[in-house]
Amino acid sequence: MTANVSIRSVTQTYGAALALDDVSLEIAAGEFVVLLGPSGCGKTTLLNLIGGFTEPVSGKILIGGKDMGGVSPAQRPTTTVFQDYALFPHMTLADNVGFGLRMRGMAKPVRRGKAEEMLALVGLPGKADRRPHELSGGQRQRVALARALAVSPDVLLLDEPLGALDLKLRRAMQDELKAIQRRVGTTFVHVTHDQEEAMAIADRIVVMSAGKIADIGPPREVYLHPKSLFSAAFMGEINQIPVVNGQTSLGPLVAGSGILLIRPESIGLAGTLALGPCKVTDAAFFGTHVRAHVSPVAAPDLTLTVHLPQTSATVAGQVLTLFATDHVVLSE
Amino acid sequence: MRMLSWLYLALAYAFVFLPVVVLVVFSFQDGRLPVPPFKGFSLQWYDKVLNDSGLMTALWHSALVAFVSSALALVMGFLAAHALARVKLPGSVLMRGLLIAPMTVSYLIIALGLLTTFNQTGVKLSLWTAGIGHVVINLPLCFAIAYAAMGDHQKNAERAARDLGATEMQVLWHISAPMLAPALAAAFFLSVTFSWDEFIIAFLLTRFDVTLPVEIWSMLRSGLSPATNAVGSLVFLVSISAVFGMEIFLFRRPK
Repeated sequence: MTANVSIRSVTQTYGAALALDDVSLEIAAGEFVVLLGPSGCGKTTLLNLIGGFTEPVSGKILIGGKDMGGVSPAQRPTTTVFQDYALFPHMTLADNVGFGLRMRGMAKPVRRGKAEEMLALVGLPGKADRRPHELSGGQRQRVALARALAVSPDVLLLDEPLGALDLKLRRAMQDELKAIQRRVGTTFVHVTHDQEEAMAIADRIVVMSAGKIADIGPPREVYLHPKSLFSAAFMGEINQIPVVNGQTSLGPLVAGSGILLIRPESIGLAGTLALGPCKVTDAAFFGTHVRAHVSPVAAPDLTLTVHLPQTSATVAGQVLTLFATDHVVLSE
Repeated sequence: MRMLSWLYLALAYAFVFLPVVVLVVFSFQDGRLPVPPFKGFSLQWYDKVLNDSGLMTALWHSALVAFVSSALALVMGFLAAHALARVKLPGSVLMRGLLIAPMTVSYLIIALGLLTTFNQTGVKLSLWTAGIGHVVINLPLCFAIAYAAMGDHQKNAERAARDLGATEMQVLWHISAPMLAPALAAAFFLSVTFSWDEFIIAFLLTRFDVTLPVEIWSMLRSGLSPATNAVGSLVFLVSISAVFGMEIFLFRRPK
């Protein structure tokens, strides 16, 4: 089952602090949306509002077209995968996964069948009679996912579900999470502060900052053509060159005024935007690329970070003629 | 040094357990007085005690009062602890303090207060009134143990249960109470042992039906006898079983 989520002008405060400032967001049915941002940006608050754990100070949240105002978490067509998993330690995995169905009055054998099916879906077949303390962190995460999906929610909320896992496991779980979402077709709303994770799994990324949406769009769009300086910097390293009336310290590069943004890997020996001769101040081999700092001959005070191909034999002191491909100008 | 430590340990245990050992040893006395010299091994006093219907009735009453009052104290203490740990109420610090306060009041004072109250309100003294007294002394204990055991771990699990459709009663029954089972069992067994051994409240708040400590006290008034030792040994056996039960619940469980 699946449903769309409509967030309309939602504001939330905690005492004097403004957690969400007039946020509106439309999430389509079956979409995998990632709320991305640093801690305190309001992403978890938004998730809790959708799940019904708190009520907004103003604004509305609709799920599947129904107003969720005053509807308790139990009554909402949502379930949550919590950051610390929140498994029931005194129950077997089958009872954990079947808990939601039990609360819905489903008979024990039916529950058991459904629980086994869900455990198989998340890659834990035949472990129904284990208890949570016998599992590794990654396996507990899978159980939490199976438990939340067992009741066939319209919308699944994931609160930094991979945060406690080590990097390698996290990358593996991302792929699996994406595959599971494709199979069940449920709307997923996923909170994280890891931009790589966001890009790996999201259909659409919502970048949040200080209670507002800073940017929104598919990963490629948000990464290459950010609509705000915050999202440009949060998504990864980026070079910033001030532009005033079409003039930069490198000469006339682009029209308009603001800040010219270029990703390090968008600078190379060929491209559409000529940056002119640049002197390499240092270079280091990073495996997938060579990372170098360069100063344009025309503007020696400016330092650009550049990712050159792995095969390039760049050394300090060398002068390279560089070009940029994807670039964005944002007015401040 | 090492020898001295062991000697100290032995002396400490001797100091604590010597009275009990003496009590138990002379309950097997083959003679009329529970005093040295030990004249020989006999089970006659146990035979006498186990066939004394007054004592056996008192034993049954004690068990009844202990289990019923402890169960009540546990349920009330658990509910109060859960509420005060989960819900932000105005003056919750004060409420917590008031709930624990009876622990600091002597049993004699509590018994006198209850006796006056029952007399004023015309409630007849019975096992029920003694049971109420035991709830008063054990509720703060159960509350304190349950409250201390509640943490964020349970809180998150409760939240997850609510998210999955559980009502508040279902959360308490399926999640909160089972997750706290070791602490709740400890509170229950402690309450049972306290109620089982309790004399002053039981003495002042019972009349015709009495509990075992009160019955033993009336036996003592007619002088020392190995029979009292035998009863005392049985009481000790029950108490220590409860303590072992508690230890098993507390420490045998996987963390």
